Amino acid sequence: MLVEALIAVPLVGAAVVAVAPNEYAERLALGVSAVPLVGSLYMYLAFDGSGNALLGGDVAYETFFEWLTLGPYAVNYHVGLDGISLPLVVMTTVLTTLSILSAWTPIDDRQRQFYGLMLFMEAALVGVFAALDFLLWFVFWEAVLVPMYFLIGVWGGPRRKYAAIKFFVYTNIASLVMFIGFFALVFGLGDAVGSTGLPEIAQALRAGQLGALGLPGTGAAIPADVLALSAFVAMFVGFAVKVPVVPFHTWLPDAHVEAPTPASVMLAGVLLKMGTYALLRFNFTMLPEQAATLAVPIAAVAVVSVIYGALLALAQSDLKRIVAYSSVSSMGYVILGLVAYSYYGVGGATFQMIAHGLISGLLFMTVGVFYNATHTRMVGDMSGLADRMPVTASVFVAGAFAYMGLPLMAGFAAELFIFLGAFRSTVLPAAPLFTAAAMFGIVVVAGYLLWAMQRSLFGPFRLETDYDVGRAPVHDVAAIVTLVGLIVLLGTAPELLYDMMSDATVDVVEMGGELP
Amino acid sequence: MSRHWLLLAPAGAFLAAALALFVIDAVDRDTTNPTVLSAVATAGGVVAAVASAVLLLSNAVATPAELFGGQLVVDGMSLIFTFIFGSVTALVSLASLDYTRGLPFRAEYYLLVTLAATGMSLMASANSLAVVFVALELSSLPSYALVAYLKHNRGSVEAALKYFLVGALSSSILLYGISLVYAATGSLLFADVASAAGEAAATYPGVLGVGILLVLGGVAFKTASVPFHFWAPAAYEGAPAPVAAFLSSASKAAGFVVAFRVFVVAFPIDAVANPSTYAVDWVLAFTVLAVLTMTVGNFAAATQEEVKRMLAYSSIGHAGYVLIGLAALTGVGGVDAESTALGASMLHLLVYGFMNTGAFLFIALGEYWELGRTFEAYNGLAEDAPVACLAMTVFMFSLAGLPVGGGFLSKYFLVVGAVGAGVWWLGAVLAVNSALSLFYYSRVVKAMWIQPPAEDREIDGYPPALYAAIVTAALVTVLLLPGLAVFDGAAFDAAAGLL
Repeated sequence: MLVEALIAVPLVGAAVVAVAPNEYAERLALGVSAVPLVGSLYMYLAFDGSGNALLGGDVAYETFFEWLTLGPYAVNYHVGLDGISLPLVVMTTVLTTLSILSAWTPIDDRQRQFYGLMLFMEAALVGVFAALDFLLWFVFWEAVLVPMYFLIGVWGGPRRKYAAIKFFVYTNIASLVMFIGFFALVFGLGDAVGSTGLPEIAQALRAGQLGALGLPGTGAAIPADVLALSAFVAMFVGFAVKVPVVPFHTWLPDAHVEAPTPASVMLAGVLLKMGTYALLRFNFTMLPEQAATLAVPIAAVAVVSVIYGALLALAQSDLKRIVAYSSVSSMGYVILGLVAYSYYGVGGATFQMIAHGLISGLLFMTVGVFYNATHTRMVGDMSGLADRMPVTASVFVAGAFAYMGLPLMAGFAAELFIFLGAFRSTVLPAAPLFTAAAMFGIVVVAGYLLWAMQRSLFGPFRLETDYDVGRAPVHDVAAIVTLVGLIVLLGTAPELLYDMMSDATVDVVEMGGELP
Repeated sequence: MSRHWLLLAPAGAFLAAALALFVIDAVDRDTTNPTVLSAVATAGGVVAAVASAVLLLSNAVATPAELFGGQLVVDGMSLIFTFIFGSVTALVSLASLDYTRGLPFRAEYYLLVTLAATGMSLMASANSLAVVFVALELSSLPSYALVAYLKHNRGSVEAALKYFLVGALSSSILLYGISLVYAATGSLLFADVASAAGEAAATYPGVLGVGILLVLGGVAFKTASVPFHFWAPAAYEGAPAPVAAFLSSASKAAGFVVAFRVFVVAFPIDAVANPSTYAVDWVLAFTVLAVLTMTVGNFAAATQEEVKRMLAYSSIGHAGYVLIGLAALTGVGGVDAESTALGASMLHLLVYGFMNTGAFLFIALGEYWELGRTFEAYNGLAEDAPVACLAMTVFMFSLAGLPVGGGFLSKYFLVVGAVGAGVWWLGAVLAVNSALSLFYYSRVVKAMWIQPPAEDREIDGYPPALYAAIVTAALVTVLLLPGLAVFDGAAFDAAAGLL
């Protein structure tokens, strides 16, 4: 029942906050969000699951009851957590609470609606990571769009309406493509499955029970291997938009730049992870052979995302755009780790989801704190901020170095795992070449982050906009310092999460990959 | 015998409400309290809906019950549809109490609504082509008058005239089609038509084929399927908004229930589109209709500048989604996939009955407040009327297929049915249209919540009955997301029973 509580508390809290007076909304929202935070930390400490939830592992905090029938298929309410989803749930609750804190300063209009939507989104996100039935998962997956649409559209920047609808339509059509691909698989399985449960479908697919799918009018049928391959592509494209990988990334900078800081934090920190989480759960867990067949093009897409995203970031002068494009780059590493299909590759990709969530959240928050004080995000408009905002500036430096993969920070551990795993991949041809090319991305990251830091933080104080810059408010500093703490914690002790992650991902890579 | 009369309770409730309104109006027409009129019509709808649900869920029709020598049949499908008609009638009658305030002929208004609903519930049960036609007329004639209810409003009268002329034409086409089918098969009863269809297709393929096509045309008019749709935007736009809600939700569903039963039961596709006995491949025809209707409806909706007209076209688009249920009867996926598609169509119409009715009732609220017709007229309305705007947001997003309401599930069920029947590309067409619909539905949402409000707007009170109807529709729409579980088994069983 803990998962249900984790969904219900923010959901009910959202309704309460939405009708509360504006002046109390922010504190009320913080209080509400503390409940799932504490709950998820407790669930982390008391976690007793093992193995992969889709591949017959012991699922923790499981609930199962019958919900719908969909023609021949039973649709069940089935939730539970394993070593992959639990860290993501914890990250969701942590980042929600911290983004609510970071919203206190910039959000000064229609607060109760804002915080209500943030909590609603938290509930949907927890549902995405906890659901073990396809249709239930899809309900949460699509539900996330609704609050994000409003968060961008109402509280965003000047082009917010365009950005909101672009985000909305882009990701919605991607979901539909994926949906059709997935159900083609389900029908291809025929009588082998009787429900839309993800574990049942994953195990049937891995057991090779996929059959042909009939075509009307011709008497012909799509053979199983073609069906699997096209479904893999449909699902990959559907999820790639969410991740996003080049060339499906164009909605991301618009959405990020226009979104208010707390929404950017959630978008980069958690919503992008929905894409990689789904890739891992669906494409790479259910269809390993197709993933191996397509390893080269997927790795190419990953490397292009890494390099091209980093180059795009290099070309920006808006701090928020820099962080936004660098997310495209970082998520490319996740794809590379997944396609490597090795113990460290998939484990590292999972770890990178958390590391990138925390680090990009941190950078967006810090940029937000600068913006609250200076009302500009253009690198050329400011310099010497470290003089006036020493703590925030130090945090930004820490975040930037974490992004560059400085040892003892979470980013280092994640990228090291991924590179190790990718380099030694037996599934991906020419793995060392791809890995080396991707590593080059780090150089570019270092280039633009060092440049941006040097220009805006150091040197004599100068600001083009006419604002009095002083120390950041305590709650903002508390939020970003907490994140730095978490990043260092995971960098020094990655086993806190990596152990449960690798326990869940090892079953995914049992084919092709090699164990340490 | 008593069981049979009990099974007709939904239709009986409508008829009783209509007769009661007759009596009330005849006894004392000058001093009648309009609340009583509205209450009687609403009660009729509620009783019909509750009776349908109880009969449906108590498994009273595990085997379909044939009445009057097989002229009528009560089965799962007919009860699902009488539930839809009852719910829509109740919502519309409740909302009309405020909407028709100060207007004349209020007793006649409710009377026409309940009579039309009676006709619709007979359409749901019609088991012979003759009953289909009579029931269709019983529901159509009151509808024409309802559209013209604002008889001093040019738009209302014009809409009614268009609706009447096109409706009369479509009725005659249907009737001609029925006569050709009768000529070829020698019967009007669906079961007898079905058993004679194979032989008739071999002997008189032309007569039977044209007859089936004309019946299809008549049904396409009723459901406003492209290219037989052009009356619908005009009629829905000119009609009083509650009447538009009634027509676009209930009347459209009535057209579909006839389509489902006539084509699936009376014209078995194996018999009429067999290579050896080929009359007409109506599955192919419905496939074409579905693609056209989805695409034209949604693209036209996306270009509208007036909200009510946008809803009218969106309602055409939804008819296209529902047609997938018939287009998926390809024989490839087996009974499982086909009943999934057909059942999903029924479920979509059920959810649609609430979300579309609610959306039109929200427009009725806008007309009550005299806000204006365009999207801009709703700018910033959320500040003045947050509850109604929240409800409208639920309707819009649920229509667009986002998981704030049952429309999400029913639309994706349709995609599942299409994929299972091997027409996955129909699902893809739906996907493209659905993404497009998100664009225009969110325009309303954007206007209400994101745009700054118009300066000189005054909200003239909060009409309680209209609000109650809108909020009820919104609540049911939301509850149908988890609560579709109540109906889904019945819908898929009903579809499987038909096939």
